[in-house]
Amino acid sequence: MSPLTIAPSPAVVSPRTGVRWVPVIGLEVHCQLATRTKLFCACAVDFGAPPNTLTCPVCTAQPGALPVLNGEALELALRAALALGCAVQPTSKFDRKHYFYCDLPKGYQISQYDRPYCTGGGLLLSNGKFVRLTRIHMEEDAGKAIHDRGDATLVDLNRAGVPLIESVTEADMASAAEAVEYLTALKEILRYAGVSECDMEKGELRCDVNISVHPEGEPWRTKVELKNLNSFRFVEAAIGVEVARQIEGYESGDARLVPVQETRLYDPERNTTRTMRSKESAHDYRYFAEPDLPAVSVAPSVIERLRSCIPELPAARRARYVSALGLAAQDAAVLSAERAVAEFFEAAARLSEKPKEAANWITNDVLRNFGDAELGVRSVDEMALRPYDLAELIRLVDEGAVNVAGARKVLRVLMKSGGRARELVKTLGLAQVQDTAQLEAWCRAALVGKEKIVADVRAGKTQALNALLGPVMKASGGTADPKLVQEILLKLVQNG
Amino acid sequence: MKPYAELDATALAAEHAAGARRVTDTTEAALAALARLEPRLNAFLVVLADRARARAAELERERAAGATPGALHGVPVALKANMCLAGVEANCGSRILAGYKPPYTATFVQRLLDAGAVVIGMTNMDEFAMGSSSENSAFGPTHNPWDLARTPGGSSSGSAAAVASGIVPLALGSDTGGSVRQPAALCNLAGFKPTYGRVSRYGLVAFGSSLDQVSPFARSVRDLELALSVIAGHDERDSTSLPEPAPIPEHDGARLDGLRVGVPKEYFPEVLSGGVRRASEAALATLRGLGAELVPVALPHTELAIPTYYVVATAEASSNLARYDGVRYGARSAGDGSLQGMYAATRAAAFGAEVKRRILLGTYVLSAGYYDAWYGRALKVRTLLRRDFEQAFEQVDVLAGPTSPTAAFRLGEKAGDPVAMYLSDILTVPVSLAGLPAVSVPCGFVDEDGTRLPIGLQLAGPARADARVLRVARCFESATDFARQRAPLFA
Repeated sequence: MSPLTIAPSPAVVSPRTGVRWVPVIGLEVHCQLATRTKLFCACAVDFGAPPNTLTCPVCTAQPGALPVLNGEALELALRAALALGCAVQPTSKFDRKHYFYCDLPKGYQISQYDRPYCTGGGLLLSNGKFVRLTRIHMEEDAGKAIHDRGDATLVDLNRAGVPLIESVTEADMASAAEAVEYLTALKEILRYAGVSECDMEKGELRCDVNISVHPEGEPWRTKVELKNLNSFRFVEAAIGVEVARQIEGYESGDARLVPVQETRLYDPERNTTRTMRSKESAHDYRYFAEPDLPAVSVAPSVIERLRSCIPELPAARRARYVSALGLAAQDAAVLSAERAVAEFFEAAARLSEKPKEAANWITNDVLRNFGDAELGVRSVDEMALRPYDLAELIRLVDEGAVNVAGARKVLRVLMKSGGRARELVKTLGLAQVQDTAQLEAWCRAALVGKEKIVADVRAGKTQALNALLGPVMKASGGTADPKLVQEILLKLVQNG
Repeated sequence: MKPYAELDATALAAEHAAGARRVTDTTEAALAALARLEPRLNAFLVVLADRARARAAELERERAAGATPGALHGVPVALKANMCLAGVEANCGSRILAGYKPPYTATFVQRLLDAGAVVIGMTNMDEFAMGSSSENSAFGPTHNPWDLARTPGGSSSGSAAAVASGIVPLALGSDTGGSVRQPAALCNLAGFKPTYGRVSRYGLVAFGSSLDQVSPFARSVRDLELALSVIAGHDERDSTSLPEPAPIPEHDGARLDGLRVGVPKEYFPEVLSGGVRRASEAALATLRGLGAELVPVALPHTELAIPTYYVVATAEASSNLARYDGVRYGARSAGDGSLQGMYAATRAAAFGAEVKRRILLGTYVLSAGYYDAWYGRALKVRTLLRRDFEQAFEQVDVLAGPTSPTAAFRLGEKAGDPVAMYLSDILTVPVSLAGLPAVSVPCGFVDEDGTRLPIGLQLAGPARADARVLRVARCFESATDFARQRAPLFA
């Protein structure tokens, strides 16, 4: 690994005043745990189910119903903590967070307030900056209020009680790029550790941004919270416009434009932020310890068992692919971004003993084919190709049993329906023709009427032969061994 | 054959099981008593006559088919209206839940049903169990069978009146700060609040979650033991329920030799009525006569129990009652059409005055800036109160004292004075805050204006010593005649 260099965070220079403004950014990320059931009841978690079909007395807050902690959710939350280097607390507790809204059935959310299940940890950015996590806590999701169906507001409680972890960073980031890099890395790790799918379109990852700006060298100023950021692109854009808004506010000289402590909503259509609620109207959540749930105690042996299950994380893999396997940094990043891809690559590299070729095949062909609607294979999980088959294909190309173009055809079949590479080469008629007599016949046919080329070659311009390669390959239906064809052509021209 | 109302649940179940008495006859007798007495008592909010008859017939068929009868085979029971039985209105004595039928059955109710109990109705109560007299019920007060002008106590008022009047031998109430022990005392019943967590709260509508405990009323202590053996034991749906199975009744003789009975001086305060004091002192003498040793003990933080309780319980109540918002079930008032307006109008219209008072108190003590001074401090005092008991139980096996500072008071007597009403819990609340098991058993009578009114003796034990507390109560009951006295209005 290259030594770390701590890059100075870039200040934003005001075009008007030339003042160097430093953005201060912290993130609060809600992530849905990939459990089968909700956090405090046995209802299934399913994004697409018809409204209010995944509900029970507990998650609809029927009088007398009580929560029971889902052990699977706790385990996933602990895995997140361990993957992010947090300190798991021996005991934590749940609290009630009160507010009234129609999608919150109990009138309170069960969350963790002053004793979260883990603290500390963090993530290293590529510029050497370590973004510290303050804490992660478990909580239940609210339901969904639907306002766009006529006069009435409709409420769907399928999501009510879905398990979340909320991770809170220190205000360690100074640019939209850093924030997005942090989020990308966080998402990769959570997916790697099997904590969450982090599908933002399904709301499985949600991000709030705390942001302030101050002139370089001066104390921090008032922070503003941004909400409604449901893609990394919006996070990036919202930070950009909010930093600009705050700088303009301070520089305007107009007291009404100076940033105040408030929550603002990002409007992606107008690419602006607007006030959602002011500090004065902030909720008093009246937290107190949830009397229906005992404190959560996690035995050290449980933590050790879970720690041993955490896979090697993307950053470590990336470094290893470069240093031990000799891959380019870009390829290493692509291959390590998803655990399934990385594991597939490592197996294919090991079986073929040709890591670079395995890397090339995966980055150039396998991943690209995922985008091919006609093939209809969108992920490692969906494809029939096994690492052994890719290794075999690499070997066949090396042996010259099939050329690259043929191997690409075989790969598509393997991805779609599987099989043995060597047999597919035969059944698809892709075996390279190495029979000299046949090759000579195709070459002689190609030479007919090509006196100019022959003359050029004889005059020493051997590359002129390349123009004949295409017709020969065409005549052979792509099965001619191109190396042999070149040798034969040269022999025929020089000897003929 | 003895008339229905003369038998306790234990005897009834045994006769049913032996085929000596038909469950259908018992059910008819209970329903007839209910129909006759209810106009004067107002003990029931829901009567389940058809359901009870159908269940009785079913139980008869099952027994005829050779099924093993349950421990409560054919015993008519009444449930407090804050208990969930699928499809049966559980309105908690509140307009906000008028007509509300829970879609599920409470664990303890299911256990009753599985043991063969026949539920004949849901009983009146102070709204959301907040009160000591039934006067906070949205559906009118319940009357005490010993004197219809007086309260049966509360908040489990209807269940107490139903047992004291002979309509049922067994009824369930819920005890948060004394809501079963106090009415038991005022109605000459045995009423038992188990150790917190002993009975699952799943399906008991929450008032003060860290205090609430399902608690039976009966006319004999052995019926309390029977009821506990059925409803107690771990329930995976209640994370605060104790891990162990129901306690096994202790049967070791009619005497209390070697038992150390603590007598806290704080439980004989100035406000104690003369009749209560005399009856309690006589009860202590009876315990001594049974071989127990009386030991003076101190519970120095007792006077802080009432303020502590009214902070803790109201804080939890303000949270637990947040769900009554008009969105998913229960009453709804449109208000100005906005969401906030709907909440405000719904809650203003459908909660009674005492419930509103407690929601406001509870909201206040949890508010930013006030939490530490009120709720935070109350939690600390609660720890001190627990410690008082722990220290006392290093010296003694049980504690004994009066259950209620007075006998049954007149309906209307304290209704305008909430603090006076709160003080009627003064002897029951400390035990609740500590989560301890405690029973109230009949221990005498006072004559007030020519009316004979019952007095209760409270016996409390350390956490999990439910069986010990009940054994002492049973010995006391055997040695005295009070529990066999019947109210003037009795089936």
